[in-house]
Amino acid sequence: MGLIHAEEMTLNIGPQHPSTHGVLRLKVKTDGEIISEITPVIGYLHRCFEKHCENLSYEQVIPFTDRCDYIAAMNNSFGYVLAVEKLMEIQVPERVEYIRVIMAEYNRIASHLLALGTFGLDVGAYTPFLYMFRDRERILDLFELTCGARLLYNYMWIGGVSHDLPVGFMEASYRFLDEFEKNITEYHNILSYNKIFIERSADVGTMPKEVAIDYGVTGPNLRGSGVKWDLRKDEPYSIYDKFIFNVPVGKGLMGSVGDCWDRYWVRAEEMKESVNIIRQALDKMPRKGDVHEALPKKVRPLKGSIYYRTESPRGDLGYYIISDGSSTPLRVKMRSPAFTALSALSEIATGWMLSDVLVILGSLDIVLGEIDR
Amino acid sequence: MGFLENRFEDNIITAKVDQLLSWARSTSAWYFQFGLACCAIEMMATAASRHDLERIGMMPRSSPRQADVMIVAGTVTLKMASRVKLLYDQMADPKYVISMGSCANSGGPYSRQGYHVLKGVDQIIPVDVYIPGCPPRPESLIEGLLKLQEKIRHERPLTKNK
Amino acid sequence: MIINQKVSDLIELNFTGVVIVSEEPQNEFIQIQSEKWLDVAKYIKTDSELKFDSCQCITGVDLGEDKDFEVRYNFHSMKLKHKIEIRIAIERKKPSVSSIEQVWRGADWLEREVYDMYGIRFKGHRDLRRMLLPEDWKGWPLRKDYKTPNIYNGMKVPKVRKGWD
Repeated sequence: MGLIHAEEMTLNIGPQHPSTHGVLRLKVKTDGEIISEITPVIGYLHRCFEKHCENLSYEQVIPFTDRCDYIAAMNNSFGYVLAVEKLMEIQVPERVEYIRVIMAEYNRIASHLLALGTFGLDVGAYTPFLYMFRDRERILDLFELTCGARLLYNYMWIGGVSHDLPVGFMEASYRFLDEFEKNITEYHNILSYNKIFIERSADVGTMPKEVAIDYGVTGPNLRGSGVKWDLRKDEPYSIYDKFIFNVPVGKGLMGSVGDCWDRYWVRAEEMKESVNIIRQALDKMPRKGDVHEALPKKVRPLKGSIYYRTESPRGDLGYYIISDGSSTPLRVKMRSPAFTALSALSEIATGWMLSDVLVILGSLDIVLGEIDR
Repeated sequence: MGFLENRFEDNIITAKVDQLLSWARSTSAWYFQFGLACCAIEMMATAASRHDLERIGMMPRSSPRQADVMIVAGTVTLKMASRVKLLYDQMADPKYVISMGSCANSGGPYSRQGYHVLKGVDQIIPVDVYIPGCPPRPESLIEGLLKLQEKIRHERPLTKNK
Repeated sequence: MIINQKVSDLIELNFTGVVIVSEEPQNEFIQIQSEKWLDVAKYIKTDSELKFDSCQCITGVDLGEDKDFEVRYNFHSMKLKHKIEIRIAIERKKPSVSSIEQVWRGADWLEREVYDMYGIRFKGHRDLRRMLLPEDWKGWPLRKDYKTPNIYNGMKVPKVRKGWD
């Protein structure tokens, strides 16, 4: 290596590339095939979410929160609505709480299916993508049955939800959940324990525990590095303290703790836990109730501010809302988990080859709409 | 072939070369997957197992130099606009553009206070088909693509003095 | 409240005159002067009773046309499982505050975003440049007195078509 004089080459993995999950640009300096420096450039999808919030009323902000993280839209609006309800001190009826948890967990499964499917596509496996989308379409059918929309719902309202569960939802749910559990073992057979997949992702892009905490990484990325931190268990919100479920943590089964395979495996196991939570919620839910009971006539919180966090499929989603007593917020800031996960990329991807960078980026599961807002 | 089998005696079929060419072109338009935001997820879902895009002849290509149709799916921001123009220029003739979703049509929900959003992608490139929706359903996207196929079929590439 | 009072007392013990006592009875934040912020930040990360090892969120706030800016920090401790909020007021004419990017690596991108939106300079940041907007954008968008530009690189920015409303 030292005999040949070699110069560093600057490459550009541009804003349009079939492997990046959105419009992300990576400036890469390579020494042959090994990377010496990598800088993400973002901002190609900056849609001025926070400026919009300052000119709209509290209810009108909800569709915009959907469009920030468009893959897990229910969880996004769930976090915002909980923050505003805490500020106004509204208590919602119990049936509404159960419906919200069911919808949020379904959306968590759908988001993980898409993340794992596109991760397989990045590595080169086309079939698991089609299988996972088949299951995702069934979940979107359930959403369409309830509120009419497939991707962006505007379902969670301040003080309730927009539509009650229709007739036939619970039977369709039970049927889907029974079939889906068998499908998870099918996915493990095709993708997770596949020799080529393990060779490409085990021991690649290891993120140690201290680096993850210092950069503020949360969610499945942090759990893949061995830290047991899940907001649903450690700081329970809504009615999550009534359910019994496990929190999967990466153990380094195929390589070292905190590599790409661990982060993938944590997401696959989380889908099983979500199925558990939905079953418990469907069994314990009160059968009757009015979902529009607690809707306030005017949304006008008192003066104050709040920082509220919930667990979205990507990590800790935080909303910092400042209210000055009028019907439009003074400031809404969304703390997105993918933003901090992407900032750690420049540290964990140096020293690997160019084709490994795409595997590491796929395992972080970023959504550019949430990063750029 | 089942419809045409065992029907004719020996003969010559006459047709205009224009119509044959346009028919062949319309049923094999490969698209350039340019997914920017939420509409990209619906485009991926349309290409996946339930609503299949390959049955109408469209295959995803990742390089603009190999594609015929560019589907602009999602919000175009001012920072991204110069790249959209560059990619459009890199496509080879004949090329078509589909604007999918209300953000690409006219700025969408961000058209009032968006200081960084381009209000409609037709300010920088010429558009053939507009598909409304936020996001449009996969069936809407397929309808828009079938309309584009109809438009291509009515073209006369070889005739002069149109 | 309890953790708030404890943190406030510990900071006051080691750095006198830094904590601003407020008249409101029920507050969940600590207001600090901006002079010794870097030392206070290093202290709350390393002290064994506080151990705030994770910087969660940095928010810039513009309270009104003739009032000050504010920068609000939310910290969280993974080891001891508690959290606090710290606020620092900054003047409007030449806003600047010390950067804590070398203490918590995650604060690097969060501070760049606040600079991009408000124009608050972070002293000591090694790479302060715009993050979400293009490099040649003029103005600080989230300030209350911001006016949308009419044209940017040849493209019209505001909505111009008639009959849309």
